[in-house]
Amino acid sequence: MELIDQHTKKIMEGCKERALNAGLRFQDETLEYIVTNRDLLELSPKLMIPTLYDYWVHEVEVLKEKGRYELYPSNPYETVINTRPAISFYNDNNPDWLNVLIFYHVLAHIDFFQNNMYFRHTWDYDFTGQALSDKRVIAKLRSEKGRWVDYVIEFTRGMDNLVGYHEDLSRLNRPRATNLSKRLDFYFDVFLQSVKKVKINNYIKEIERYNDCVNKDGERVEKSFFSEVRRKYPEFNAIFKKSLKEKSEHKIDLIQYLIEHSDFLRKDENEWMKSVMQVVRKTSLFFQPQIRTKIMNEGWASYWHEKLFLQDDRIRGHEVDFARAHAGVTSLPRVGLNPYALGMRIFYYIEEIADKGKYSIEFKRLLDADKREKFDAETGQGQDFIFKIRENLSDFLFVNTFVDQDFVTRNRLFVAGRRLNKAKMVWEFYVKSRKVEDYRKMLLDTLYHPPYIEIDPEKGKNNTLYLVHRFEGKPLVKEFIANTMMGIEYLWGSPVQLETSEVVSTSPPKEETKEPEIKWQRVLYTIDNRKLSKKNI
Amino acid sequence: MDPKRLKLYDEIKKRGLTAERDQKILSELYDEGTHDLPDALPDIGRAGIETFSPVSDSIYAYNDLSSLQGITALQSTYNISLRPLDELLEKDKQREKDGFPRKINVGRLIKPGKGGKDKVVVVPTTVEEKFIHDSAFRPPEEGGQSGGTGEGEEGEVIGEQPVRAPDASGAGPGEGESGPHEMESNAYDLGKILTEKFELPNLKDKGKKRSLTRYTYDLTDKHRGFGQLLDKKATLRKIVETNISLGNLPDIGNIDPTRFLVSPSDKVFRILSREMDYESQAMVFFLRDYSGSMAGRSTVLVATQHVLIYSWLVYQYAMQVETRFILHDTEANEVQDFYTYYNSKVAGGTKVYSAYRLVNEIVERENLVQDYNIYVFHGTDGDDWDTDGKEAIPELKKMLTYSNRVGITIAEHALSHDTEVQKYLKASGLLTEKPDLIRLDVLQEDADEPRLIEGIKKLIS
Repeated sequence: MELIDQHTKKIMEGCKERALNAGLRFQDETLEYIVTNRDLLELSPKLMIPTLYDYWVHEVEVLKEKGRYELYPSNPYETVINTRPAISFYNDNNPDWLNVLIFYHVLAHIDFFQNNMYFRHTWDYDFTGQALSDKRVIAKLRSEKGRWVDYVIEFTRGMDNLVGYHEDLSRLNRPRATNLSKRLDFYFDVFLQSVKKVKINNYIKEIERYNDCVNKDGERVEKSFFSEVRRKYPEFNAIFKKSLKEKSEHKIDLIQYLIEHSDFLRKDENEWMKSVMQVVRKTSLFFQPQIRTKIMNEGWASYWHEKLFLQDDRIRGHEVDFARAHAGVTSLPRVGLNPYALGMRIFYYIEEIADKGKYSIEFKRLLDADKREKFDAETGQGQDFIFKIRENLSDFLFVNTFVDQDFVTRNRLFVAGRRLNKAKMVWEFYVKSRKVEDYRKMLLDTLYHPPYIEIDPEKGKNNTLYLVHRFEGKPLVKEFIANTMMGIEYLWGSPVQLETSEVVSTSPPKEETKEPEIKWQRVLYTIDNRKLSKKNI
Repeated sequence: MDPKRLKLYDEIKKRGLTAERDQKILSELYDEGTHDLPDALPDIGRAGIETFSPVSDSIYAYNDLSSLQGITALQSTYNISLRPLDELLEKDKQREKDGFPRKINVGRLIKPGKGGKDKVVVVPTTVEEKFIHDSAFRPPEEGGQSGGTGEGEEGEVIGEQPVRAPDASGAGPGEGESGPHEMESNAYDLGKILTEKFELPNLKDKGKKRSLTRYTYDLTDKHRGFGQLLDKKATLRKIVETNISLGNLPDIGNIDPTRFLVSPSDKVFRILSREMDYESQAMVFFLRDYSGSMAGRSTVLVATQHVLIYSWLVYQYAMQVETRFILHDTEANEVQDFYTYYNSKVAGGTKVYSAYRLVNEIVERENLVQDYNIYVFHGTDGDDWDTDGKEAIPELKKMLTYSNRVGITIAEHALSHDTEVQKYLKASGLLTEKPDLIRLDVLQEDADEPRLIEGIKKLIS
């Protein structure tokens, strides 16, 4: 791979300067490469990370039909990757004006990678460097253990969509510790709210009483405050102590659990497998945020490439070219979802609403429709506001919070339904709903969402690993269960059980408009010696 | 409407029909389709109604390289793809030995080109299995939903997409779904892989004229003085001969080889020679039902299975196999190349016997029996206007007198069971009488590739 030439690099540096002035924040160093068809052939299976570990599946055409993005939560054709320095890839014959557009797009992505909190765990190291050393570890092990390394990679990858990404994030994104004692926090945050479920006015009374104590007793406030508590809730101390114990064991995901508790992996001759598993887990963690911020990330980049391109003095005369290219990327399709188009429009919408100050209590208290329509506080805070959005939200929160009826109406969005017309033997597309509730639900349904599978150490008898799939209205893909469990059994060294839900029967809807009724059954899969059995529970 | 078809219908009607059969036949009768080859850009839109290509793209299908820079699917070359294929298959075999299920499928198959330049696309495929949510558990009629934008009242139809959009053309696997890493190879390579799995049955020695063009090279010719390999025994004999005539061998009971005189021309070498290789030859007839009822998966399955058989034949019999392609609806036609055979669109009614009769005619006319092993593979959805096989069975019986194997594949539609063809085949008793000569394989519409290969084994084992 070759770096872009000096002329193009200079254009890039000019773009950086303008982007920084506009408020984007990113590390100054970046690497831009020209990619050829041949490079892509090697890069795309490795998700554009040149140093990713080798694995035979990368050489095989992976079947796309079934839940493609559910299985591979990262895009094989990304232009820019989240490394330090950030690396991006270009066609070698892009005209300058197009490069300007792409550079702005790329810089906004880099800004997003380096400022969105969902990427927090990728900020402190360079993934390509890490991946290179991992690749060497695996290559060395492969020279010693041969194909067994690939089996371990395969079996671990079978669980790599269940990595505890949010658990890891939550450890990194802790709010700064308060100066108050744990006991006090527990009392107000957990005990009163979750255990006792006191009414709000009682809760406020307790706060007032605490403030009184502060004023009266100063330093020794806690003692005096809790003497009253002990009288009122004698059980408080016991519950608090119990909570301390529970807190101490943090949640770990399936791969970690196997690494820590598997007897099979604990054997001397199998120790090496743990490092392979760690590599797979780390790699998976790195890719997790990408797919959870697709709409935001592309929307953000599209928003900025439009804004910055139009302000750029260097490409005067290419406005029409730009308009064509830009529209190609960001026009809303008649049917279908385009993350560029949708994300960009949401950002513009939020900016406008925030500019008018409509995200304020003042506006929310306003009940008069006409006044709401005309409300404009001229805050000028819109841009600051979207910078905060790009820092703190993921696709789910973004869509769930900001897609409202006004947005849907303004962009003439609708949920497109598809039904079979048996007479004509065609699928008909029709406008199913223009209500925001339906539109939002449809959007949220398309978002990446891996199943949540927990380990239940209590239910696992005789060293059996007992997994519980938390039911969220969807079954697991049945034909994948056997081999996935077989892999887990191999690494666990003893039988594995999985509790999940399956569809027993679907009865046609009673009324035309209703969804068909589905009967669910909780089932327990057991794999013992590579033999799978199933029973209802 | 085709008057011939109408006449046929009237005849059948006179013999009496059940309501269900009547409907089936009528639907084919009034089918206005033709057997054209698919156009480069199928124009299926009707005035006023927008036609959509299948909506499959989720938001995750978009990416910067293709959206922004227009860098699209890459084509890998023949050389790159060949290397890993053998390795991968080797690896897959090893998996089985290690007690894990195989993971590699050899998939997606042909890109027919005109004039016999078919390209078979061999793609090793696999899937990484994980616990993932299955969103396809709801009945398909409800279809998916997606986003949309623009005009239209709630409930208004804004466009349509043919249910069998890519398939009605008879285009099968490979067509239209060329993925980014498609690996191109020819039928030969596919055949190589398939060879492990099956072999032509009942191959007999027959006429050998075709073999004249085929040679093997072997070190069989002898040559004095120079050559590629010294034939030691022959050389020694020659030396002894020379020395006897020179009188250099006084005592036969006590030979001293060190005193031998050796002339350069005594050395006998072996050199490469061209040997004709005689092999039995085979003629394979492929019969495909391209009637209207074949629309959709049935055609894909039948065509795919025939591709597999064809590829394998090409490899195994190294072009020694001659293939003939016959398409039939109510009438049968022989077509020139695999491309036409593979791609012709479905339309019209069904008369299975027409194809059988054509095969019989060709065999008779060209006197193929004398020189060829004859195989017939027939693919259909099992629907036949000739409900009880009154015409088909006699033709089939005749065919069985000379053929080495007749393999019939029925790709059933989801809702039909015990199709006409299956029924009259069973009734005729041929399947049990001559299991060596005729085989039947019934596929469900949702059969996958391993199932197809299984089917081929059944047809030719």
